[in-house]
Amino acid sequence: MSLKKTDVEKIAHLARLSLDEEAIPGYADDLSGILSLVEEMNEVNTDGVEPLAHPHDAVQRLRSDQVSEENQRELLQQNAPQIDSGLFLVPKVIE
Amino acid sequence: MGDSNLKNSTLTELSALLQKKDISSVELTSYYLERIKRLDGGEGGLNSFISVTEEHALKQAAAADAKLAAGGAGLLTGLPIAHKDIFCTKGIRTSCGSKMLDNFIAPYSATVVEKMESDGLVMLGKTNMDEFAMGSSNENSFYGAVSNPWSRDRVPGGSSGGSAAAVAARITPAATGTDTGGSIRQPAALCGITGLKPTYGRVSRWGMVAFASSLDQGGVLTQSAEDAALLLNSMAGFDPKDSTSMDRELPDFSAELNNSLEGVKVGLPKEYFEDGMDAGVAKVVEEAIETYKSMGAEMVEIELPNSGLAVPTYYVLAPAECSSNLSRFDGVRYGYRCEDPKDLEDLYKRSRGEGFGEEVKRRIMIGAYVLSAGYYDAYYLKAQRMRRLISGDFHSAFEKVDVIMGPVTPTTAFRQGEKSDDPVTMYLSDIYTIAVNLAGLPGMSIPAGFSDGMPVGLQLIGNHFAESKLLNLAHQYQQRTGWHRELPSNIE
Repeated sequence: MSLKKTDVEKIAHLARLSLDEEAIPGYADDLSGILSLVEEMNEVNTDGVEPLAHPHDAVQRLRSDQVSEENQRELLQQNAPQIDSGLFLVPKVIE
Repeated sequence: MGDSNLKNSTLTELSALLQKKDISSVELTSYYLERIKRLDGGEGGLNSFISVTEEHALKQAAAADAKLAAGGAGLLTGLPIAHKDIFCTKGIRTSCGSKMLDNFIAPYSATVVEKMESDGLVMLGKTNMDEFAMGSSNENSFYGAVSNPWSRDRVPGGSSGGSAAAVAARITPAATGTDTGGSIRQPAALCGITGLKPTYGRVSRWGMVAFASSLDQGGVLTQSAEDAALLLNSMAGFDPKDSTSMDRELPDFSAELNNSLEGVKVGLPKEYFEDGMDAGVAKVVEEAIETYKSMGAEMVEIELPNSGLAVPTYYVLAPAECSSNLSRFDGVRYGYRCEDPKDLEDLYKRSRGEGFGEEVKRRIMIGAYVLSAGYYDAYYLKAQRMRRLISGDFHSAFEKVDVIMGPVTPTTAFRQGEKSDDPVTMYLSDIYTIAVNLAGLPGMSIPAGFSDGMPVGLQLIGNHFAESKLLNLAHQYQQRTGWHRELPSNIE
């Protein structure tokens, strides 16, 4: 798989990453190289093999629906770049 | 107690000194803080620590001394340790080696940190690492590369490179690490120390910054297997706060250290010995196998036919999970935010583009690509099917053998900059360690000798939850050999 500049731009958009214009060809080469490595998987026929998502084949454990956490908003918001009255601030979304 | 003896003392030996009151925890902690100051910082320093928490450490040490005086102290009370900067530490910066979290003060501590704190361990600081644990050389850290104490122009390995270098230079007697594809075992091998990656689910991931959640596992980097057992006793156990934590019986991991190796069946995967291994590394591994034979272990050739495809499989699954996990870094709730965003999309894109380093961006993009519409089946599902085959190879092998043995890395530590231009070459340095994570097995690296003056590790792989067996084999080897006691000659 060889990725073009436009492919990289599309992937970067999907991942919400800004890339420097001059760095894009380098990413295209690197990502293409990684995908070529990855495609070695196709040497093996995996028809009929069940996908394995968890090393112990375990399923998600459930817990009872009980309140276990206290409100720690002030503490947790100390790391926020911009807050006001307990709210996270971002640039205006709706005109 | 002379300083040179302290430097050469394992955690187990330091514990005995503390219990006998031959030394206080404050004295011991100050001893290591002085070593960190002298050997780690500035021009020519190792750069293995991102943060040194001197004040916090001395406070914890004083509390440990009070407990030791009053009675009721445990074996770990008052012993210094360093934590990889991926473990959240309440009130202390937890950077994960990234500009993204350079300003992040963790609001709570990881379960591992809490457990070790309540057992009286003293935290010296937070160790350097590849950004978000993505790397095999520690060159991907926002805080700069780390030197290998055995040769300053070589890498310590990664991603737990800071922890490995710090233990190798004895500026901490032990450290925690995490292993997603080899990130404890590979740096332990390249720095000539002992590394243990427990079974997936054995150690809580709560408060450990997530990279690839179905692969990540916390563990330790130590001077000996005996020390690793001591620390695993503290950090392991079911945690309701980690939804993938396994609720299994918790043995005393030190109990089987002295078991005889008579009749133990050791599997040697033929694929690991076929080609690709450097001749000097192969020689050391073969000598270690001979030593095990002389202790009564029986060698059996086994096959892991799909192991050659572990690296390709991993580089679908790990990036996919990373791209999902790292989507939380959005410049809104915590972490880096770009200057003057013009709208919300610009805020997301520039905060992430400026906050993440190159390797992290590469992996996020690979992950976004393999999970995107039209590619999911060909890459992600395919890789999950491969994962079952790779895992199945180990299951079949463990029907015949108790433990699997082989190299940790194809070469000794490479030079700084040698592989940093080509991600694929870098990825292939984890060829012997990655399959273990895909299968969720426990693995160890122990020092087994030298090739051209650089340390070589021996890898031990166990069945699920068989850490005690690995520790037994590692400890017995360390009773017979002195490789784990070797120190770099240039470190005073």
